[in-house]
Amino acid sequence: VSFSFFPPLFSVFPWFGLDIGGTLVKLVYFEPKDITAEEEDEEVENLKNIRKYLTSNVAYGSTGIRDVHLELRDLTLCGRKGNLHFIRFPTHDMPAFIHMGSQKHFSSLHTTLCATGGGAYKFEQDFRTMSDLQLRKLDELDCLIKGVLYIDSIGFNGHSECYYFENPTDTERCQKLPFNLENPYPLLLVNIGSGVSILAVYSKENYKWVTGTSLGGGTFFGLCCLLTGCSTFEEAMEMASHGDSTKVDKLVRDIYGGDYERFGLPGWAVASSFGNMMSKEKRESVSKEDLAKATLITITNNIGSIARMCALNENINRVVFVGNFLRINTISMKLLAYALDYWSKGQLKALFLEHEGYFGAVGALLELL
Amino acid sequence: MRIHLHTDEAGPGAGLALKMAERGGRGSSGHGSLDKSITLPPDEIFRNLENAKRFAIDIGGSLTKLAYYSTVQHKVARVRSFDHSGKDIENEPLYEISVQEEITARLHFIKFENTYIETCLDFIKDHLVNTETKVIKATGGGAYKFKDLIEKKLGLKVDKEDVMTCLIKGCNFVLRNIPHEVFAYQKDSDTEFRFQTNHPNIFPYLLVNIGSGVSIVKVESEDKFEWIGGSSIGGGTFWGLGALLTKTKKFDELLQLASKGQHTNVDMLVKDVYGGACQTLGLSGNLIASSFGKSTTADKEFSKEDMAKSLLHMISNDIGQLACLYAKLHNLDKIYFGGFFIRGHPVTMRTITFSINFFSKGEVQALFLRHEGYLGAIGAFLKGAEQDNPNQYSWGENYAGSSGLMSTSPDVHPMQRTRSGTFDMFEMDRLERPLVNLPLLKDPSAYIPDTVDLTDDAMARKYWLTCFEEALDGVAKRAAASQPDSIDAPERAEKFRQKYWNKLQTLRQQPFAYGTLTVRSLLDTREHCLNEFNFPDPYSKVKQKENGIALKCFQSVIESLDSLGWEERQFALVKGLLAGNVFDWGAKAVSDVLECEPQFGFEEAKSKLQERPWLEDSYNQWLQRLKEGPPHKCALIFADNSGIDIILGVFPFVRELLSRGTEVILACNSGPALNDVTYSESLIVAERIAAMDPVIQSALRDEKLLLVQTGSSSPCLDLSRLDKGLAVLVRERKTDLVIIEGMGRAIHTNYYAALKCESLKLAVIKNSWLADRLGGKIFSVIFKYEVPCK
Repeated sequence: VSFSFFPPLFSVFPWFGLDIGGTLVKLVYFEPKDITAEEEDEEVENLKNIRKYLTSNVAYGSTGIRDVHLELRDLTLCGRKGNLHFIRFPTHDMPAFIHMGSQKHFSSLHTTLCATGGGAYKFEQDFRTMSDLQLRKLDELDCLIKGVLYIDSIGFNGHSECYYFENPTDTERCQKLPFNLENPYPLLLVNIGSGVSILAVYSKENYKWVTGTSLGGGTFFGLCCLLTGCSTFEEAMEMASHGDSTKVDKLVRDIYGGDYERFGLPGWAVASSFGNMMSKEKRESVSKEDLAKATLITITNNIGSIARMCALNENINRVVFVGNFLRINTISMKLLAYALDYWSKGQLKALFLEHEGYFGAVGALLELL
Repeated sequence: MRIHLHTDEAGPGAGLALKMAERGGRGSSGHGSLDKSITLPPDEIFRNLENAKRFAIDIGGSLTKLAYYSTVQHKVARVRSFDHSGKDIENEPLYEISVQEEITARLHFIKFENTYIETCLDFIKDHLVNTETKVIKATGGGAYKFKDLIEKKLGLKVDKEDVMTCLIKGCNFVLRNIPHEVFAYQKDSDTEFRFQTNHPNIFPYLLVNIGSGVSIVKVESEDKFEWIGGSSIGGGTFWGLGALLTKTKKFDELLQLASKGQHTNVDMLVKDVYGGACQTLGLSGNLIASSFGKSTTADKEFSKEDMAKSLLHMISNDIGQLACLYAKLHNLDKIYFGGFFIRGHPVTMRTITFSINFFSKGEVQALFLRHEGYLGAIGAFLKGAEQDNPNQYSWGENYAGSSGLMSTSPDVHPMQRTRSGTFDMFEMDRLERPLVNLPLLKDPSAYIPDTVDLTDDAMARKYWLTCFEEALDGVAKRAAASQPDSIDAPERAEKFRQKYWNKLQTLRQQPFAYGTLTVRSLLDTREHCLNEFNFPDPYSKVKQKENGIALKCFQSVIESLDSLGWEERQFALVKGLLAGNVFDWGAKAVSDVLECEPQFGFEEAKSKLQERPWLEDSYNQWLQRLKEGPPHKCALIFADNSGIDIILGVFPFVRELLSRGTEVILACNSGPALNDVTYSESLIVAERIAAMDPVIQSALRDEKLLLVQTGSSSPCLDLSRLDKGLAVLVRERKTDLVIIEGMGRAIHTNYYAALKCESLKLAVIKNSWLADRLGGKIFSVIFKYEVPCK
């Protein structure tokens, strides 16, 4: 399915899709590359400035970042050729963003700003009063699914958008391989943002919200801040990658000396997350890195566990994990792949998408067109 | 052994409070300082240790549970018929009463802090006489750690048992044997505890054990269970992560912090993400979108209380969600929760219950167990006692020897929350005979014996507790008087008085301590306390005398009945049954009359009865049934009092039924309770009546009249716990009529009991408060004839 086959119902540039989550704002921007000379002449100054500002920088202010590695090049969208850019910034900078919109007289462009996520509701009033912008609010889950299906269909600059880990239970031989999601249904879609939403998708229009959990990316990051004093997700991830969670967690082997055969539990399985921290001595002997890693493992295992139970209850064997919790987070992805494979005895497959947390924003953009 | 004890009766078993309670200081049950320290009276904690065998121990992270089986010597009253041949019957008592020693089996469980383990082992070593014990069954995470210590101290071989197997064995055992074991927890209710009726079939169920981690086990039968899943986010996570976040070391303190915190300061709620739009979108803004989602900053300080609360919510919700997912996958709707995370803590029971309700949309019920902390020890014990076949017997909770459930509110009864230094006890008596449901119950799973739930009904609770308090002196006096030859009877009677008084005070504060509080449980607790101090049958002599007097009147009563026309006779028989029921030492009003008017006779009793129409009156329907319907095949009669009631009320009625061609099963209590007729007394009475009356004689000979025991020693009647032999007989004889008489059996219990066959419930209300409540006066008559709707 390519959207380029649609009749060119031109929407006025700029083409934005906005997803305002609890922690992060995701912005996708379509940069037209097929602008004719006449168009360029007609293009208002404002629009040109926005285009230049967004495409010539990789960072905006102190917190905005363009994920250059995710950029989709030479895309045809609604008959226009161009590049799709992926930008994110923290939700607490929304006021600054709205302020910028007002300073740059964004409203004079007469464009519709399509937005999804809870923030589309929360900040709607501010957009209107501060920058005279009318948001078009879109359903989060609709956008998410539209975005996933669209990006997967166009691929990632000639590569596969979807991938999996082969031999997830074998650390030596574990490797990332492309996965063909041509026939995607049914699938369980697990979106890990600040919290987690789990959807069962049976077709493009037919999906349902299965459950959600409040133990998500926000929990990992929030607990890391409290436990280690870190202040960015990157910092938390960096610490986690150097930590040893087995110092913090109580493993099955810590209790039973090895496997607990009565229940078929392997010795390496975590029996109690943070269980060792009940002891004062052990609390004093762990590092911040160990704590960050344990937090990551705890949250990840729990999501894996809930996702697995939902897959079983819904009778679905493909589980697609998305969301910004997985950004720069191979540890969690591999662990999810491993956990799903191990506990389902190979019945369930964990799949991942390159554009992790941007699908809602992509879906919002598609609604514009 | 010197151990800190909290001062409340509810904690370390009744005996301790005995030492603590201010002498004569009624009503002030030790609300003084929290930290009293006394020297422990050894016989109060490790009771009956001399005869103990089959030890089992369950050592958890902080608490040790010790179990042992022991035999208890009890005094029991025995009645034995005299050999009357050639003797002057007129001047001899009807039968002989002797007090004998009987040995019964009892299970003892004691729970204490691991800190005391060494002291306790020493104590056991010093007091253990029995030497045939060679091994001790051990379970729990700490069993390994203390293995050497136990082996060294006790000289017993430690035999380790699997934790989960023990837990489930114990769980099955309490579910089957202990009434009101299971409860649901209700947050915003006067009675937080909703005790559940024991379901005849306990399987299948889901057990979610929240220790340091979470185990989810599906139990399908006695021996079949399966670990279906688990989670590493459990009590250890709360404790470990909580300690890191708040620098608070103790689990209980963390819970205290949590109960004071505001999680909304730390958690990102749906309304934090969506703003004010939640309402228009139909979203519940207060739901947690991301646990700890607001702490994603290094610049802000968060309060310990708020963080602890947020953590508690996070963990409880997560466990509840997973438990619901597993329950759904396995199609189960009952989940029992256990483990140290739960262990009676109201905060965690509340959050888990909330979570289960939320995630299952009310389809799954979160249930908790009164003796949850003992399950492992019970299971380990059962493992070691397999050769005694403990599962073949029925067991009953001994209210006298059990501490009962702790108070729930940390703020209301702080002294009870100081868990450290407390000894908690639980005792179960092995019952002589296995107990089963009455096969005639319409819906055994919906049957609730008790008419009024005193945990719910505060007015009624106050009244009855006061009533039992006021009657207590008299009961103690009578108990002492019943053993005139015993030197220590007054002292034991006083001990009984104190113990029961303390139990009543506990129940005033914690009505839920032993399950749903009912008049029955109050009566049963009193019987247990009397037995505890070797007053097995304070009314034996009274009963003996009354039976003698009544027997002398039997023939003239029969003659006058026989002289009546059929319809008149039916009414006279019913009045006789009711009049006999006025004689009841259990009700204070009547005992007053009887104490001062010993000549108060059968005829006078009849004249006291309310005139028709009675307060509840379906006599006309009953008469019509007798007139027009075919004779009943077999009637089951639950008899009430000794003396006039059984002899001049019940037996003439039985005789009439027999004459109609109806077989009769006459069920009397196995053990004594108040002046209720016991099975052994009924045998003698029947024998003596048979000698006078050919109808009774031939019915006994031809087995048309059968005397059976109920299996109970209660003045009330629980139709879900009846002697198995009775149940078999009821089925065999195709019983189609059940007659229940007396206030205890037909009003306090079974007033609303629905049966599959016709039933007759009759009683005289001998308590003015109860009469008032039911809209009548004292000596109002209840005559309830019910026919099950087809």
